[in-house]
Amino acid sequence: MSLSPVAQVTGRGVVVAGDDIDTDRIIPARYMRCITFDGLGEYLFRDVRQTPEGKSTNHPIDDPKYEGATILISGMNFGCGSSREHAPQAIARAGFKAVIAGGFAEIFFGNSTTLGLPCATATRKDLNALMSLIQKDPTTVVKIDVEKLQVTAGPLSFPVTLKASAQQGLLSGRYDAIADLLANLPKIKELAGRIPSATTS
Amino acid sequence: MGKTLFHKVWDRHSVGILPDGSTQLFVGTHLIHEVTSPQAFGMLRDLGLKVAFPNRTFATVDHIVPTDQRTEPFRDSLADAMIKELRKNCSDFDVTFFDISSGKQGIVHIVGPEQGITQPGTTIACGDSHTSTHGAFGAVAFGIGTSQVRDVLATQTMALSPLKVRKIEVRGKLGPGVYAKDIILHIIRTLGVNGGTGYAYEYCGSTIEGLSLEERMTICNMSIEGGARAGYVNPDEKTFEYLKGRPYCPKGKEWDVAVAEWKKVVSDPDAVYDDVKIFEASEIRPTVTWGINPGQGIFIDEAIPSPEQLPEADRSSAKEALEFMKFKAGEKLAGQKIQVAFFGSCTNARISDFLEASKFLKGRKVAPGIRAIAVPGSQGVSKICAEMGIDEIFREAGFDWREAGCSMCLGMNPDQLVGDEICASSSNRNFKGRQGSPTGRTLLMSPVMVVAAAVTGQVSDARLVFAKS
Repeated sequence: MSLSPVAQVTGRGVVVAGDDIDTDRIIPARYMRCITFDGLGEYLFRDVRQTPEGKSTNHPIDDPKYEGATILISGMNFGCGSSREHAPQAIARAGFKAVIAGGFAEIFFGNSTTLGLPCATATRKDLNALMSLIQKDPTTVVKIDVEKLQVTAGPLSFPVTLKASAQQGLLSGRYDAIADLLANLPKIKELAGRIPSATTS
Repeated sequence: MGKTLFHKVWDRHSVGILPDGSTQLFVGTHLIHEVTSPQAFGMLRDLGLKVAFPNRTFATVDHIVPTDQRTEPFRDSLADAMIKELRKNCSDFDVTFFDISSGKQGIVHIVGPEQGITQPGTTIACGDSHTSTHGAFGAVAFGIGTSQVRDVLATQTMALSPLKVRKIEVRGKLGPGVYAKDIILHIIRTLGVNGGTGYAYEYCGSTIEGLSLEERMTICNMSIEGGARAGYVNPDEKTFEYLKGRPYCPKGKEWDVAVAEWKKVVSDPDAVYDDVKIFEASEIRPTVTWGINPGQGIFIDEAIPSPEQLPEADRSSAKEALEFMKFKAGEKLAGQKIQVAFFGSCTNARISDFLEASKFLKGRKVAPGIRAIAVPGSQGVSKICAEMGIDEIFREAGFDWREAGCSMCLGMNPDQLVGDEICASSSNRNFKGRQGSPTGRTLLMSPVMVVAAAVTGQVSDARLVFAKS
């Protein structure tokens, strides 16, 4: 599919601190009882944003000072656990355009890239500096340059990493692979003839 | 220079290199379920596409099915809409669906092997991270997202970058009361929950060779909990013996041809690995998790670590875990009261799990006040358990014996924890809120340890509880 390239993302950030934030945390399974992704943004981090009684826990996502933030900033191994695309869908549908973290679980990373949601990995030191800066001044504008793999925010400027194929896909607007996959259907059919399928006959 | 099974299978299924540099990989077998497929079929309709190879996709319903009251419409209207949507999609696109009425329904990762759909040397994909389970047969199996489910439906391929391969050799004899679940919990604890990022895990060594296929599935199942997207065991005679005669396996002369092909995919003796880790089976003891990720585990006779004892990178998660679990560093898990015992999930709900646990459970009773549920992984498992009288042993002990499904592993159905209940669970994830209550607490352990906890009402060393059995 020909999509708009994602060469840079600019916006304010919100810090959701912690390591190993899993996809059940990002969107609890009971909110996946649905047949479309519509409305999933509402359930982002649901169980940590509300008490079981439905009271707000003052989670950063609901903190007025971060309102309008489009870049989610978190710790190590973000998005671990389930393969649910519902997780990046919820993040994107809640208005986020990119995630910066100390590292990403692989399936989450791939699912996010396919949606055009860049997941940039920063070192712990740079991440801590960025988190402190945003917490001190939530109005700070954060810029992720996907081409140069550089993040700038106020006085900070540091390199980030992004898997080469993801970077390439985002920059060329080919992050959703479907068109490139479909283009090879004749080759696929030929290969399929050589690979047995499970059958009862 | 020799090749690993991973690379042989990868090369054989590669269609070519895509413009972004990733590989277009052919998917030999595609498994789907009701949670991650409806949006994919929706996208397919939006794009006006068909399922390219409907004979290579198989569906079942597992996450949302109630395990008690199965008549439709389900009481939960959302769950009811999901099963109906899957039924319609399978019908519209001519996909085989193991529906509740088929007698073959169950958790997707139990149904595939049971039906002989899971075969060595092939690539398998499913919109579910525990797809790594199928690696137990020498398949290369990936959990994928919904957009990739769409890709596989539309083209039978997906874009993926090759993984590195880490050889994980487990050698020697396991002690009594130590099971496959303990091996994998120990591996994850040692290598970390993100230690496998970028890798496929090849499990090998005399201990792994000695395990049954069902035990190997338990190990491969939790590869993803260690961050590895795929995990596998090289196929051997046990693999072929398990598969022979299963409905979707080749028959007659074709069987012999298939076995000869499957033998060729085994990693070469001189295969080169990106990393090697060695574990001694004799050092592994029954393992229980105390925290909020599957790497936060200890041997049953160890004390919960204080965050300061752990490597710096693990400290913040450990602090968060102690606070959530309401445990103190230095405490032991043995003796910790439980409220719920859950025996089920794609990790441990196969015939051998129930059979082994039933030997210890026979003649015993679940402790008063404990809610204990046993959920076979498939209708097939359920049927055999009934034929062997295993279900009766569980019922007589006070377990609620249920119908097949994912049940309380993830609380997408009516089986959920309430409040901050502590659950001794044979499942695979102890994430906050995983079992349906935002404050519910999950302790992962082997099925026999779940039974020991159920009968004593507290976390217990099964080796001591069942010492006289």
